Amino acid sequence: MSELWQLSVAQAAQLLADRAISSVELTDACLERIAAVDGQLSAYLTVTADIARQQAQAADRRILSGDAGPLTGIPMQVKDLLCTNGVPTTCASRMLAEYVPVYDATAVARLRAQDAVLLGKGNMDEFGMGSSTENSAFFPTRNPWDTSRVPGGSSGGSAAAVAAGMAPFALGTDTGGSIRQPASFCGVTGLKPTYGRVSRYGLVAYASSLDQIGPLARDAADCALILQAIAGHDPRDATSLPAPTPDYAAALTGDVSGLRLGVPSEYFADGMDAGVRAAVAAAIDQLAALGAEIREVSLPSTEHALACYYIIAPSECSANLARYDGVKYGYSHQGDADMWEAMERTRQHGFGPEVKRRIMLGAFALSSGYYDAYYLKAQQVRTLIRQDFARVFADVDALVAPVSPVTAFLLGDRTDDPVRMYLVDIYTIPVNIAGLPAVSIPCGFATPDDGDTALPVGLQLIGPHLAEDRLLNIAHAYQQATAWHRERPNI
Amino acid sequence: MPIDRAQVQHIAALARISLTDAETEAFTRQLSDILDQFQALQALDTSGVEPTAHVAGLDNVLRDDEPADSLDAEDTLRNAPRRRGDFFQVRAVLDE
Repeated sequence: MSELWQLSVAQAAQLLADRAISSVELTDACLERIAAVDGQLSAYLTVTADIARQQAQAADRRILSGDAGPLTGIPMQVKDLLCTNGVPTTCASRMLAEYVPVYDATAVARLRAQDAVLLGKGNMDEFGMGSSTENSAFFPTRNPWDTSRVPGGSSGGSAAAVAAGMAPFALGTDTGGSIRQPASFCGVTGLKPTYGRVSRYGLVAYASSLDQIGPLARDAADCALILQAIAGHDPRDATSLPAPTPDYAAALTGDVSGLRLGVPSEYFADGMDAGVRAAVAAAIDQLAALGAEIREVSLPSTEHALACYYIIAPSECSANLARYDGVKYGYSHQGDADMWEAMERTRQHGFGPEVKRRIMLGAFALSSGYYDAYYLKAQQVRTLIRQDFARVFADVDALVAPVSPVTAFLLGDRTDDPVRMYLVDIYTIPVNIAGLPAVSIPCGFATPDDGDTALPVGLQLIGPHLAEDRLLNIAHAYQQATAWHRERPNI
Repeated sequence: MPIDRAQVQHIAALARISLTDAETEAFTRQLSDILDQFQALQALDTSGVEPTAHVAGLDNVLRDDEPADSLDAEDTLRNAPRRRGDFFQVRAVLDE
């Protein structure tokens, strides 16, 4: 048998149900793994060892009583952007370094209700703003495949933790690719659900019309189990969808014969690494061999998605982050100052450079004289991008594309050039703009020009609204036929 | 459309963020670079296109106005940087 920390969620759940292992043993194995390797990776901002052991004991009692849920006793990491009652939630920001929420996010509460075990909180780009986890105010996370490289972001701590066996699964968030891109860079499976599928209550807001919570795990079958637990309408989030939750595990038939998969030509533009292109092309051939029908399609508004996103997201960010005034919670400027000066100094010290950059960009796009040219224009382009997707989904069941044009890059490589950093997310951003579900699955390896270590490549499957069951089934069929998702870094 | 130092200082004032000279310098350059990237949008014809607010078209979600439990005062004030009794304490807004 493999080490306990190597188990998938489904494998661990089976062993727990069979009483072959206890949740305490499983939890201790993960905590020992964290102690052994997180010094090299820095995937955790907080490790909640004592709470985890108590929760594991409670889970073991519940399993013995015969009243267990599918995730009872399974350890998890939660991105530090999600509120956890009594456990620090810093958003990787100096602004919230001391903040301890007094309530759980709905997604966390639903997992805790099953007695899933909280191992700790995941490192990330500050407030979710970044693509490399280098924007954490505390320390960067490193990629377990090559520690000189970034894990992606913003849920980089979550992806690195799952890849390195420091948690069987993690909850991340995705505003412009923040689950899918780090999942791709670290060789794990990540699901960004339909906007509104999972409640955002207790998710610290970045860009409210784009943010969505989802799982990062070892495979699509595990993502199905986790989505089952967290999906569904929540009266505390008015934007959550009042739609029934299907049985996601039952959808995993592994049969994709006859499914029509579209390949958007705009997602294979110049500037893509040759190794990424080759791995994605091979994966598409594999899906065709499994019986899917492959069609080339076009999403002509794709070229405008990046600009659209970097107007809408910063605009919402500048409004959402106006709440950090140093009065109700969070960092507060000490020393002599009147109200306005104290507020300006609180925000100067509390926010890092990328957060300030986006607040400034948003404040500009929303300011008098520029609103129509920037914000309103972007909201109209958003409609064009949605219409593109609606048009192709009349003819195909899902889309196949790369997650990112590149593999994991070196720490420091893109930090001085915001525009170059933003381009890393060019194929994940349109999905958030249209509110669609998408999954990122490992589909091979590529060696970058500036290194000699082969790095994971991710395949992206994009579906129409609420087609998570279909996407997870396609991913599952691919993972039944291939072994890329079972490759693990040598750490 | 490059933006200048004075505009950056104006935006910083709107956003209530103090900036050092170095930050003002860097943001002037970086925001101009980013806004340059957005220029292509201006050429796009969007006449008659409705803006999108909610991707699934949810609009004016209402609920019954029923009383329910909320956080108690102690929990609400637990993270307050300054408090006086059961109140958040703010700095003076008006001159004495």
